[in-house]
Amino acid sequence: MTEVADEVTFPGARRPDRQRRVDSNGLSIAVHEWGDEAAPPFFLAHGGMDFARTFDVFAPIIADAGWRVVSWDHRGHGDSEHAPLYSWEADLRDSVQVIESVTSAPAPILGHSKGGSLMLQLADAVPHRVSHLINVDGLPSRRSFPDVADHQRTKLLAQELTGWLDHRRKLVTAQRKPGTIEELAARRGRMNPRLSDEWLQYLVTVGARHDPEGWRWKIDPTMRFGGFGPWRPEWSMMRLPDIGVPVLAVLGTESDPMGWGTPPEDVLSHLPPGGRLVTLEGAGHFVHIEQPHEVAALALEHVS
Amino acid sequence: MSSATVTLRHNKIELALHELRSGAGRSLLHLHGLGERSPQEVPAHLDAWPGPVWALDLTGHGQSDVAVGAGYFCEVLMGDVDTALAHLGSVTIFGRGLGAYVGLLTAGGRPELVRGTICFDGPGLAGGGPWPASPFIPSAVDPPPPGGTPDPWAILELTRDVRPPDYAASFARQATARSGLDVAIAVCGVNRTPWLEAVVAEPGVTECSVAEALTLFAAVD
Repeated sequence: MTEVADEVTFPGARRPDRQRRVDSNGLSIAVHEWGDEAAPPFFLAHGGMDFARTFDVFAPIIADAGWRVVSWDHRGHGDSEHAPLYSWEADLRDSVQVIESVTSAPAPILGHSKGGSLMLQLADAVPHRVSHLINVDGLPSRRSFPDVADHQRTKLLAQELTGWLDHRRKLVTAQRKPGTIEELAARRGRMNPRLSDEWLQYLVTVGARHDPEGWRWKIDPTMRFGGFGPWRPEWSMMRLPDIGVPVLAVLGTESDPMGWGTPPEDVLSHLPPGGRLVTLEGAGHFVHIEQPHEVAALALEHVS
Repeated sequence: MSSATVTLRHNKIELALHELRSGAGRSLLHLHGLGERSPQEVPAHLDAWPGPVWALDLTGHGQSDVAVGAGYFCEVLMGDVDTALAHLGSVTIFGRGLGAYVGLLTAGGRPELVRGTICFDGPGLAGGGPWPASPFIPSAVDPPPPGGTPDPWAILELTRDVRPPDYAASFARQATARSGLDVAIAVCGVNRTPWLEAVVAEPGVTECSVAEALTLFAAVD
């Protein structure tokens, strides 16, 4: 059983060179940076239930190519403050505050999963802030969501509603369950089965805190996986054709529990002029973690 | 003037639930419109309700907490109302504008506790419409009024909150199918937004006056 975080390392992983905080309308957002502060900025947005330190291998590769890599923990994630409320619009505002804290000039942005979908909307809303957009499995597609019969949909909605409201009633006392590094890694591994135990155990040491009862993930215990509300996957995809800066979309070919399952043809049909889709064989949803050097090479080529 | 205010907790937010009139029987729960606050006494058009009358200040409104950093959306306000239901038990809901939409969501979410919902005109009825608006990321809002509410972020975000008609209709269907009521929702206002048009078209939804709706729902178990 491992209890000391310093004992856990991962090949190629490097802690950020700088960490600071940005105020976003009263909420404190944790910002992590790799590379020379005077270098041109390159922003990375993580996915849902992740945190900026999941870029501990990927970000240094970009930084070592001459970039100031800036990432941040979404509200309620990592070291950012736990908020009373969480919403897509609030995440977008937090993102702009972080970007504004670095530059007002257009800069490259890479987003993974939820971060990819968020940055797609950001590029649509504030195109003057984005020079290049890189989307890593962050393009939810309508076709990847199964059709269900009406009566089944009614039943599913009833379960979803009751489950969500019951969850809300229990939030006041909610806490993340404590455990050892190995236990937390195993829990995360159930949703990230393609990632190695070694990597997941490393993530515990940078994404969880140690208290007398054990390790607990830092993420706000009131948050649940998946969204709730009227959001539809096609509302993200419909923004892709709008984008006027160079777009690179990256998909892994392997299915993954946290992946969108978006078929490449759905991306191809929505790419803006000059946009490019690259599929990487043998990688799942966390393509930048499974194949960091390949994705970094594509990203650097895209912004060169 | 309200005779009592109860403070309830929904996650990190303290909510103010006001007792406008005490009494026996099922309560009528008043939900205000966007930017409004609970009335201090029972509005005249609701006076015919035979039981107690309560009013809830939604997050960012009236005496309830403001959500630091914002992030308002209607489903989380449904959680506010559900927090009130945990305190009051079964109720009939009267909602104005935003409160009408949140009342509809709650009727679909807790059909065993909501014994009729009255949707009425008021601020915030339309929300952000049936489809996502052009993308827009505001960086600041005007300072809040003295007392801190209504939170200007709440007003901004809840006027952009997307309300697809088929999504709203699915809540009306839940309310009717799972409440056991012949009529679960009464639409009493003049205005018809796209989501409200879809709700009106559902079985178990009636259009009538507020007085008729109060009589109808006062008679159900």
